[in-house]
Amino acid sequence: MTNGNLPLIWRKFPERYLLQGNRCETCGTCFFPARQVCPNCRRKGKLVQMEMPRQGKIITFTEVFTGPYGFEFETPYFIAIIELSNKARLLSQVVDSPREKIKIGAKVEKVFRKISDIDPEGPIAYGYKFKVVG
Amino acid sequence: MRSVSIIGVGCTSFGEHWQKSLRELVAEAGIQAVLTSGLVGKDIEAIYGGCMASGRFIAQEHIGALLADQLGLNPIPSTRVEAACASGGVALRSGFLSVASGAYDIVAVGGVEKMTEVSTSEAAIALGGAGDQETELFHGASFPALYALMARKHMHDFGTTEEQMALCSVQAHKNGMLNPNSQFHKEISVEEVMHSGYVASPLKLLDCSPITDGAAAVILCETEKARKMGIPAVEIIGAGQASDSLALSGRKSLTEVAATKKAAEIAYKQANLGPKDIDVVELHDCFSIANIMAIEDLGFFKKGEGGKALEQGKTALNSEISVNPSGGLKCGHPVGATGVKQAVEIFEQLLGKAGKRQVKDAKIGLAHNVGGSGATAVVHIMRRL
Ligand SMILES: [Zn+2]
Repeated sequence: MTNGNLPLIWRKFPERYLLQGNRCETCGTCFFPARQVCPNCRRKGKLVQMEMPRQGKIITFTEVFTGPYGFEFETPYFIAIIELSNKARLLSQVVDSPREKIKIGAKVEKVFRKISDIDPEGPIAYGYKFKVVG
Repeated sequence: MRSVSIIGVGCTSFGEHWQKSLRELVAEAGIQAVLTSGLVGKDIEAIYGGCMASGRFIAQEHIGALLADQLGLNPIPSTRVEAACASGGVALRSGFLSVASGAYDIVAVGGVEKMTEVSTSEAAIALGGAGDQETELFHGASFPALYALMARKHMHDFGTTEEQMALCSVQAHKNGMLNPNSQFHKEISVEEVMHSGYVASPLKLLDCSPITDGAAAVILCETEKARKMGIPAVEIIGAGQASDSLALSGRKSLTEVAATKKAAEIAYKQANLGPKDIDVVELHDCFSIANIMAIEDLGFFKKGEGGKALEQGKTALNSEISVNPSGGLKCGHPVGATGVKQAVEIFEQLLGKAGKRQVKDAKIGLAHNVGGSGATAVVHIMRRL
């Protein structure tokens, strides 16, 4: 698992804390997480670092009742694919939202939360989750 | 490219083989395949073996060498192929290409997974490796959750219902009753699926494929050589493979598996056939929604009409298109073996050797194997030689 490893958690601070991705200046596509190569432009692409917008909408969602390793005691919880306002898509948990408001098309915004705490002696992984707004 | 045919097949029963190790499973399937081909071990020039996660399941890597060793075939080259749940299908295509290219005349293709040596939780970690660890598993997305995300979108966009998805499992278990190698021999009802409890809504326990031990093998031979041998054989007339983004969030559409469409397009073109020509299909139904998306993506039904087609019984045994006569993945899914087992089933169907689950007058068959949530797909089209 990639959750509890210290160098990885440290390396992922910009991505998981700040929602840092990148954008191809050639075709205008925004990527999250950041990509090494723009799949549209490849060598003609020019990737520049950027923070993703905090707002987006739910494309699809599920309520997880059987959690994988590290999430066994978190259930039930919601997972969604979210399209950010710049069209980049990501997968995230949806929290702090009334169940009836979690639906396709609902507007969401980024919040900062603990993601997992697998190893009692190890580091805690923090990162982004989303909550429904309005 | 030279034409390639399957001349022998072997498959273990699928289930919880607590009394058998991975090496015993591969030997059982491999020996059976060699025996049915009428060849002897020394005729085999190379091995391609599909295996997804033996390192996680039994702490054993180097499966290529293990296969050749256990089958008594040293020193021929033996290569492990890994493409998550499509490992078997990709191994088959690798073997196909090695014969088509002229590098070899006869190769053995195997697939195996020994999944019950670890707890269900550890098995889920192993299977999770098929997804994107850093952006999916990290956030608590299990594999059922990824397919549930596709299911919810399919329901939203096309009005597909949970009952229609339940029918996939009902039909799979019904066919599995007729397959002696199936993990389960029990009919289930729509109500039982609906009440089996959400794993990740809208998918329930009985919408999911089980954890299984098993192995399968086929012997491939250059077609002219197979003809001269005069044994019953099945020719592979199309083989397509495609890839897509590892993470589900990177896909252009969440209601289709684009890699399946691409792999099928390649295979249909090679075979000079279309979806209407297929009599029997073994498709990758790891979760019920995968069945519905596959019958659409393979071109049997229009996008969005898969659920309705199931409801109308169009995919039942000996109906419009016979889907998964073996019971599919719901009747056992040893991940690395599944793609090869599908080819074994199509071989038996096309030669009229499928017993009670025989599809009448099956002339053209298709096998469809998917890795992860759709980042790899392989399609093989076959006909009786
Ligand atoms: Zn670009």
